[in-house]
Amino acid sequence: MKVVLQNITKIFPSRNKKTKDEVIAVNDFNFEIPDGKLVCLLGPSGCGKSTTLYMISGLQAPTSGKIFFGEDDVTKLSPENRGIGLVFQNYALYPHMTVQQNILFPLQNFKGENRLSKEVMLKRANEAAKLVQIEEYMNRKPAELSGGQQQRVAIARALVKMPRVLLLDEPLSNLDARLRLQTREEIRRIQRSTQITTIFVTHDQEEAMSISDYIVIMKLGVIMQTGKPQNVYDDPANLFVAKFLGAPPINVFSGKVENGKLYVGEEAVLDVKGVEDQEVYVGIRPEGFKLDKDGKLSVKVTGVDVMGRDISVVSTSESSLNPVVRSIISADEMGNISGDVAKFNLKEHKVFIFNKETEERVRFGKQVAAHQKIVEEMEAEGQSYVVHNGPLPREADDVAKESVLPEPPKNVFVRAFLAVKNFFIKVGEFFKKLFKKKDENKEEADATPTEEVKTETVDEIKSEEVKTEAVDEIKIEEVKTEEVSEKPKKSAKKPAKTDNEG
Amino acid sequence: MDNKKKNQWKAWLYLAPTVVLLLIFTVWPMINTLRMSVLEGYDSLKEIGGASFSFGFDNFKQIVEFYRFKDCMLTTILLTFITVPVSTLLALVIAVALNSIKFVKKTLQTIFFLPYVTNTIAIGMVFMAMFNRIPVGDTYSYGIINNIIQAFGGEPVNWINGGSSYWANIAVVSVYIIWNALPFKILVLLGGLQGVNKQYYDAAKVDGTSRFRTFWRITVPLLSPMIAYVVITGFIGGFKEYSSVLGIFGPSMGPGNHEMDTMVGLIYESVSEQQGQASAAALILFVIIFAVTMINMYVSKKKVHY
Repeated sequence: MKVVLQNITKIFPSRNKKTKDEVIAVNDFNFEIPDGKLVCLLGPSGCGKSTTLYMISGLQAPTSGKIFFGEDDVTKLSPENRGIGLVFQNYALYPHMTVQQNILFPLQNFKGENRLSKEVMLKRANEAAKLVQIEEYMNRKPAELSGGQQQRVAIARALVKMPRVLLLDEPLSNLDARLRLQTREEIRRIQRSTQITTIFVTHDQEEAMSISDYIVIMKLGVIMQTGKPQNVYDDPANLFVAKFLGAPPINVFSGKVENGKLYVGEEAVLDVKGVEDQEVYVGIRPEGFKLDKDGKLSVKVTGVDVMGRDISVVSTSESSLNPVVRSIISADEMGNISGDVAKFNLKEHKVFIFNKETEERVRFGKQVAAHQKIVEEMEAEGQSYVVHNGPLPREADDVAKESVLPEPPKNVFVRAFLAVKNFFIKVGEFFKKLFKKKDENKEEADATPTEEVKTETVDEIKSEEVKTEAVDEIKIEEVKTEEVSEKPKKSAKKPAKTDNEG
Repeated sequence: MDNKKKNQWKAWLYLAPTVVLLLIFTVWPMINTLRMSVLEGYDSLKEIGGASFSFGFDNFKQIVEFYRFKDCMLTTILLTFITVPVSTLLALVIAVALNSIKFVKKTLQTIFFLPYVTNTIAIGMVFMAMFNRIPVGDTYSYGIINNIIQAFGGEPVNWINGGSSYWANIAVVSVYIIWNALPFKILVLLGGLQGVNKQYYDAAKVDGTSRFRTFWRITVPLLSPMIAYVVITGFIGGFKEYSSVLGIFGPSMGPGNHEMDTMVGLIYESVSEQQGQASAAALILFVIIFAVTMINMYVSKKKVHY
């Protein structure tokens, strides 16, 4: 079952009505998750990855946009009708039930024709337990299990009703390092054997790289780049992606391109023919250094970390934006480092240059062809290659201002309360005006403060109108959501564009 | 070792005020009750005068054979077993409802908590007014409850006045006790509810669990420690019921003469005349409460998930 997200936007209304600080958690998210694949949503905290997951699950409703499972539009379906399995970060296993009862619980909810006999339920629970290898613990309570075992019970509970889509929200973050490694392989194995389309949310790039078929890297609610993990690592589309992927992280220098040569500081380190002269950031993967007596990039060595097969040379450079430069070279070459200064030549495919203003990738030499190949490969698989360049829409305030949508209050009590409140606001407004008129008569001199007050009241009245509409007519809400779904497109001058050229 | 001893001495010193008060006002009366109950025909004034009493269980025999003992016991048990389940269930429903609304929550919480801070006797008088029937000439003037019944076309009921039936009285007192017991229970259960992880409900929602099933299979088990606490304290309070009857009926403890008397009422009445018998009754009540609490604990051990 493929999952298609179309122009998904989620805006959380501000809590404080005076400051109006709405949060656009997810901004115009377009992506197709192919059938039977494992896709990771990856990004720093607050990038909207969990929100996206919860919108797919149906626990949260998108402000605008559409979600399809296969050909079915599920945007308005409630979670239970979507056929999803969801694994929570804290597992949310019912503490008062045994493992078996926990796994049986979703099956016991089936009603009418779908109702299963007791034997079938038990059989399916046992199958699910066997799949995640917890069949020995069926009679234990969750508290009597280790973190990894609880995790597996949670997955079994999600799988037992044979969901169309399996959703995992940071499933490994509560496990210790070793268990994490083991469990992620387990998840991979389970996903392979069940062939269920799986969406996995994490902030750990290593986790994402190791188990997913595709990764989606997000920042501030926007997709920064999509693709196969290796391809994204080898061909980052912008500085953010380059910095986010890879451990140890990429080394970033500030430099420039002049007459077809790439300079880091004063040193010309690479030939980059065909690239226009510009100020750039130079990203060099730690494995992109070759030790060479006549090397073009020189750095001050401050230490060497021995890691067995490889060594990591820790050094500093004036042009580096990171506090230290890390270069990983073969341990055999350790003897070649002598003195304070190390000289390196660079591997061309491990060096990425980014325009200093837009932070957009500038490809040179063989990189252009390599990029072309990656894009073609993805298109052949029916995947769209999505990258985002330029400023993030959330940083440009105009989007936030134009797409303000008052969250329609659902509760009857809340509506009644708002109606009463609005009435009082209007009464208050009336009295304010009355008193203001009196004041004006008294003190005719001061004109400026009254003007300010007037504009305020106009604003307030406007917001009231919006509110009362939301309170009075439910139908209007639907119309509005459609309107708003179009608005961000118009207003965001640089939306996430599909980049096929390179 | 030395240091430890020193600290122990200090600890006792700090505890002394509490311990002394407890010994005088709690421990000694308990022991004294036991003593009084097994001294035949005990009277404290006579004791001060130098009289001595023989040991025996005559007090127990006399109080059990006392003609109102059975009625008092029955009334007490009836009131307890009617009000505890009903008020607990009601409190649970109200707590869940309160927990699921967001806006007027604080206001409603305050309203539901009001009975707790209101004077018991005052509430009793209000209830009396609500259920009352006062003769005016040939007819009667009724309280608001009967007015409502009449508005729906029913016949007015003689709830608490002379000639009213036992069951009508029980109903009124039960309503009073339930209403009075609600706030504390709601408070405890609401506190418990707010400690429940919201993800359990999200998980249940994803699995398509019906509301009713979510309530019985998730909310109730997760709240079971609080429910057990509320039920146990409810039973203990129920067996000690006295002020509610007094509030509604006054010292006559019933429409006529002691029809709605409870065990504590009986103890209270016999204290002035028959101190030995009152002590015996108190001990009997204690044994009953202890037994019921033990049963409660035993059941909750099996059903409560901590």
